[in-house]
Amino acid sequence: MSNTSARENIFARLHASSIAGASYAPVAEKWVPAPIEDKAARVARFVELMSAMRTEVHQVKGDEWVGKLQEIMKERGLKNLVYGQNTEISKKLEAAWKGQKDIAPLVPWTADIEEFRDELFEASAGITTTMGGIAESAAMVLWPSPEEPRLLSLVPPVHFAVVKADKIWTSFAEAIEALDWNAKAPTNALLISGPSKTADIELILQFGVHGPTDLIVFVVD
Amino acid sequence: MASNAKFNFKKSITDALADKQLRANFKFATDTLRGKRLAVFSDPEETMHLRKVGNGLKRNVLTKLPQLLEQLEAKCKENGIIVHWAETVDEANNIVLDLMEKHSAHKMVKGKSMVSEEMHLNKFLEDQGKLPLETDLGEYIIQLNNEPPSHIIVPAVHKNRKQIAQIFADNIPGVSYTEDTSELLAIARHKLREHYRTADIGLSGVNFAIAESGTLCLVENEGNGRMCTAVPPVHVALMGLEKVVEKLEDIPPLYRLLCGSATGQRITTYFNMIKGPRKAGEKDGPKEVHLIILDNGRSKILADKQLRQTLQCIRCGTCLNHCPVYTRIGGHAYGSTYPGPIGEILMPQVEGLDKKGSLPTASSLCNACEEVCPVMIPIPNLIRRLRDESYDMDGEGVVKGHGFKKSLVETIVWKGWKLTQVNATCNKLMLLGVQLFGNMLPKVGPLKAWTSVRTSPKFARQSLKDLAKKEGIRNE
Ligand code: SF4
Repeated sequence: MSNTSARENIFARLHASSIAGASYAPVAEKWVPAPIEDKAARVARFVELMSAMRTEVHQVKGDEWVGKLQEIMKERGLKNLVYGQNTEISKKLEAAWKGQKDIAPLVPWTADIEEFRDELFEASAGITTTMGGIAESAAMVLWPSPEEPRLLSLVPPVHFAVVKADKIWTSFAEAIEALDWNAKAPTNALLISGPSKTADIELILQFGVHGPTDLIVFVVD
Repeated sequence: MASNAKFNFKKSITDALADKQLRANFKFATDTLRGKRLAVFSDPEETMHLRKVGNGLKRNVLTKLPQLLEQLEAKCKENGIIVHWAETVDEANNIVLDLMEKHSAHKMVKGKSMVSEEMHLNKFLEDQGKLPLETDLGEYIIQLNNEPPSHIIVPAVHKNRKQIAQIFADNIPGVSYTEDTSELLAIARHKLREHYRTADIGLSGVNFAIAESGTLCLVENEGNGRMCTAVPPVHVALMGLEKVVEKLEDIPPLYRLLCGSATGQRITTYFNMIKGPRKAGEKDGPKEVHLIILDNGRSKILADKQLRQTLQCIRCGTCLNHCPVYTRIGGHAYGSTYPGPIGEILMPQVEGLDKKGSLPTASSLCNACEEVCPVMIPIPNLIRRLRDESYDMDGEGVVKGHGFKKSLVETIVWKGWKLTQVNATCNKLMLLGVQLFGNMLPKVGPLKAWTSVRTSPKFARQSLKDLAKKEGIRNE
């Protein structure tokens, strides 16, 4: 359906318009925030800035996050938790849920969205792993995968995420390098910095407009 | 807003100025947005550095635009994105319609896209019996009220809470009047979630398209952009051809500039990078991704070395918030898709000076827009250039419709003025005339309009030249 004549006409004009070979030497070469060398400082900055944007951050050691997760689910009366199977966190989740009766059920995402859509839109919480975090701008890096589809971090009203403390970089630029982003990025990559929000009514900041109303992050050391 | 031949800028300005509520809404909004921007760009030195980097990156793009677009197209294809080219908005509209027909699609959920406003896509699709639904909260509000956006970042900024409450109550069945913003939000959330789940097709804009990897980047806070691009089976992305950037590593500074300038945020809630349709084994995401690259006059703008700087714009909207004219008359008065300073330089180049040549008059040339523009577009210079082209004294204009203001009377007046400046006798005669009759000029026509808001100058009985001759020039 591509209109080839449109393409040709546009390129003909562009080639005629552009100043051939005139390369531009920028006045300022680069902008890279100064690295925060100390890991604890990076984590502290990440936690501070994420929390400022109404993200609930819990700093935990090792596998403590699973217990904390169950606690929060009970407290909030969440009725289920959707997760992806065969991920780093899934085994821990499944183990922790085994034999437990008084906790809301774990729901594995196994089918394509076409079959799973209605169930997903009814879910009350979802959990994902992350590739890490960015301290200076306070965001998590998500690379959804066949195991952890992209809508897991968007459709359920509560999004739990697990961030490893030693995968918190200073800046987006650093994360690009550390993750070899160009070569390895998936179909859909994301930075997420908080719960869904808007300021479209009188510029009043309101949370939870289309995506999750709550973002709960476990920073695992 | 649909551009029509009857566009009367003067009248819309007068109407806007008379609307006290509108002025109050805009003053509040733009004051707030300016404050937020300042808070995030608090270090002037760093901000300047960042702006220089942004300027360099965008200028670099313009010097190799055709190559970068070719690269983008090739990479997108590799990634499985289907690329379409549209010279005009009509072509772009028809590509969208064809895609909808091909997929037997009726309902479209739309993320915010200024290019789709430029295309008047909603009206076009509605006329074809389709159902395009805006999902950005601001866009949703104004679509309910059948209005175009009044700001490129906060489209419903001209409405206050009470007005929005009324719009909801009047237009959504079963909703009663409430001024509680969280209730309003819940209503919109409930309605729109149902639409995401059932839409046949999703549409979005593009903030940056990365040539080296064929990645489409979307900047947003609400999550509606992610919903539109991830839930429906087909995703159509619209971009103006200037949105291409060379490399992934160019993104962090541009993204920082965009967030800081637009809403005073360090980062938005979501930065969504799309590299193609759902792959084998993946459980969600659209099965088809289409990218429509729109020209609509842009490739011509590139030809002029000075005016091409217009294409550096990253649509942050901060020039609107800082413009003393925009903040008083608001976006609708401009009668154009893009209002404010950016609209003043972009619209006349896209639609022609004969149609939109009045826009560049709406500037005090105070330079505020240039001082804040994240990519350092010299907007006032471009406004001056377009004003000049409106008269086009030497017949050398490049912008469509140039010379539209040229009139015989004015040409004669300026010729006469020139004569009085280069010829000593004429100069003397003119000065004498002004001394004798200057204060008797009847206040009619343009003079009447001019003096209606200004005190008219009193001409002295002696010219400065004569005085200087008589008394010499005193130094202190
Ligand atoms: S002209 Fe500059 S300030 Fe105005 S919208 Fe474009 S990038 Fe922003």
